[in-house]
Amino acid sequence: MRVLGISGSLSRDSHNTELLRAAASLLPSGVEFEIYDGLKDIPPFDEDHEGDAPQSVHRLREEIGAADAVLIATPEYNHSIPGHLKNALDWVSRPYATNTLRNKPVAVMGASTGMFGAVWAQAETRKVLSAIGARVVDREIPVPTADEIVRDRDKLESSGTHSLMVGLLAELIDLTREREQIAA
Amino acid sequence: MTAINQQDTQQQELPVGTWKLDPIHSSAGFAVKHMVVATFRGRFEDFDATLEVGAGGEQKLVGTVDPKSIVVKDENLAGHLQSPDFFDTERYDEIRFESTSIRVEGDEAVLEGALTIKGNTNPVSARGAYVGPHEDIAGSTKIGLSFETVVDRTLYGLNWNAPLPKGGFALSNEVTLVVELELAKA
Repeated sequence: MRVLGISGSLSRDSHNTELLRAAASLLPSGVEFEIYDGLKDIPPFDEDHEGDAPQSVHRLREEIGAADAVLIATPEYNHSIPGHLKNALDWVSRPYATNTLRNKPVAVMGASTGMFGAVWAQAETRKVLSAIGARVVDREIPVPTADEIVRDRDKLESSGTHSLMVGLLAELIDLTREREQIAA
Repeated sequence: MTAINQQDTQQQELPVGTWKLDPIHSSAGFAVKHMVVATFRGRFEDFDATLEVGAGGEQKLVGTVDPKSIVVKDENLAGHLQSPDFFDTERYDEIRFESTSIRVEGDEAVLEGALTIKGNTNPVSARGAYVGPHEDIAGSTKIGLSFETVVDRTLYGLNWNAPLPKGGFALSNEVTLVVELELAKA
């Protein structure tokens, strides 16, 4: 099983990218995990070029297509989903009826330096993913004061984030295995 | 008061036999209020139905529909309707109806049974019409059954909706199901 991690942050020292790494360490053996690193290369979505999308978009579609599940960690900008993450999902959503996220198990978590842990960005990311046709895990992992805890595994554990991630990943893996069984 | 024709209201038996679907001359569709003001209609291309009527009066109608065969005018909408938001066709490959009773009074038919969509089974009752039996050009005996009922789609796990800026929702929860069956004696 292969899980693709997508961080909604472009920052070099992103708390959300670090949160993905923490989640990766909790995945059971036999599950491959890779973090997608091309978000910055995705140009603005342009309906005039749906049929001849840029190479960077092809690469993202291929990476999602090759993954059995996707795990997104998103920051929150102005109480909402980061523009470049939404933009990338808009590209991936086309062609709508057969897009590579359709039926793909996806889970979302989020970290912010404030007190709310990117809850609205997570909710809106899940909404967008559902509209695209993904099989979305209906849970969230709000990680507030991310600058204090995401790099400290003890604090991740004592804050409850660790156990929330275990639950989220278990559900993501269950959905993925269920899908494998349907396909078999 | 108008006198009621006694013969028309008497319960009658469906003709004994196994009755198989003529899929070309039958249809299974739905209608739902869209954007509060309009009625949106769609249909399913692949479905089947069999009516069994025993000599002792026992009768059973079983119908199945392949939700992947949903037909609407836009392929993107068809994709959305097959997604987990609606029929989740990757997981659920069949809509199923099994009757528990069929009553025919004159040319009116009243059907009761269990409808399963997306793994959720609920009782439904439907009213409609019965016509027949009648011989067609090739000498085959046909009967016609048509039914209509209204179901709450949220009871079947089809919960998607979108609130509208000035109130109301994009899609009604009440969906009218319309089935027209031409059945041939096997």
